[in-house]
Amino acid sequence: MHQQLIDYISRSATEVFSTMFGQELAVGPSIENSKDSGPTSGVAAMVGIAGKVAGTGSVVCTEEVACRLSSLMLMTELDSMSADVLDAMGEIANMIVGNVKTLLEEKAGPLGLSTPTVVHGSDFGARTSPGQGWTIVNFTLPGGERFRVQMALTSQ
Amino acid sequence: MFVLPVSISVGLAGDVSENRSDELPHRRPRPAEMSSMNILIVDDSAAIRKILTRVLGQTALPVTKILEAGDGNEALAVLKENQVGLVLSDINMPNMDGIQLLSAMREMPEYKTVPVLMVTTEGSQSKVMEAVNLGANGYVKKPFTADQIEEKLKTLITV
Repeated sequence: MHQQLIDYISRSATEVFSTMFGQELAVGPSIENSKDSGPTSGVAAMVGIAGKVAGTGSVVCTEEVACRLSSLMLMTELDSMSADVLDAMGEIANMIVGNVKTLLEEKAGPLGLSTPTVVHGSDFGARTSPGQGWTIVNFTLPGGERFRVQMALTSQ
Repeated sequence: MFVLPVSISVGLAGDVSENRSDELPHRRPRPAEMSSMNILIVDDSAAIRKILTRVLGQTALPVTKILEAGDGNEALAVLKENQVGLVLSDINMPNMDGIQLLSAMREMPEYKTVPVLMVTTEGSQSKVMEAVNLGANGYVKKPFTADQIEEKLKTLITV
């Protein structure tokens, strides 16, 4: 499950950034079944998946990277956190996790997708269900900015 | 008196093609001919609405005004207040999703045949077919390029 999920996340994120932003992502490193919920400050854009495969997918980065990603998406300079940045991050997560969902559906059948929730600030954390580890894929933009996509899923 | 019998079959309006190589039922498009029109973009993401607004502004489409809505309920209010010639809609939205919006639109006499292009992350065949069966005229999966949107719109709109 984890290795396949790493592949799905890699494919989805690289497609989103290549198609919509014209950016080639460098993929890696990846971590399977991690208990590390990720950074405790910055931005975490989350989307839920429900059905025979259920859980959460998040795009996690610093506020500076969130501004950079949003600027790429909207083709305008966004240099501080704003509603536009949060919305863009939510949509980036929606597209990446949404495409992972479509790939998962090939074996799991129809799955539901939530609307995005974006958390930002400092001193926050996330916890998965017992026995559910994070699958984490790190990405780097051509400019050196880094973000990660992490998913915690269970199969029923 | 001369009588010429003519048989007429009622077909479905619109053609659905998708920006992937998946098989989809083929229906001939029923082009909307109009000199200029209002276009409604329905998506809970303001970022996507901005991107699509920019894309529409760069096409050769005769656009009077681009209207926006954040969900299906808002879209219905806009549709009732304005004369809209084309709708681009997401599927996954709060309050009222794109499938429900499409169903409601096709119940409104003035919007029975207005072209609707679904622009969404939903890629499952079942969702595509659900939209097609409710009368969606096209389907573009996110992420998309400006060219993909424009090519889809060309199949729906003729001037």
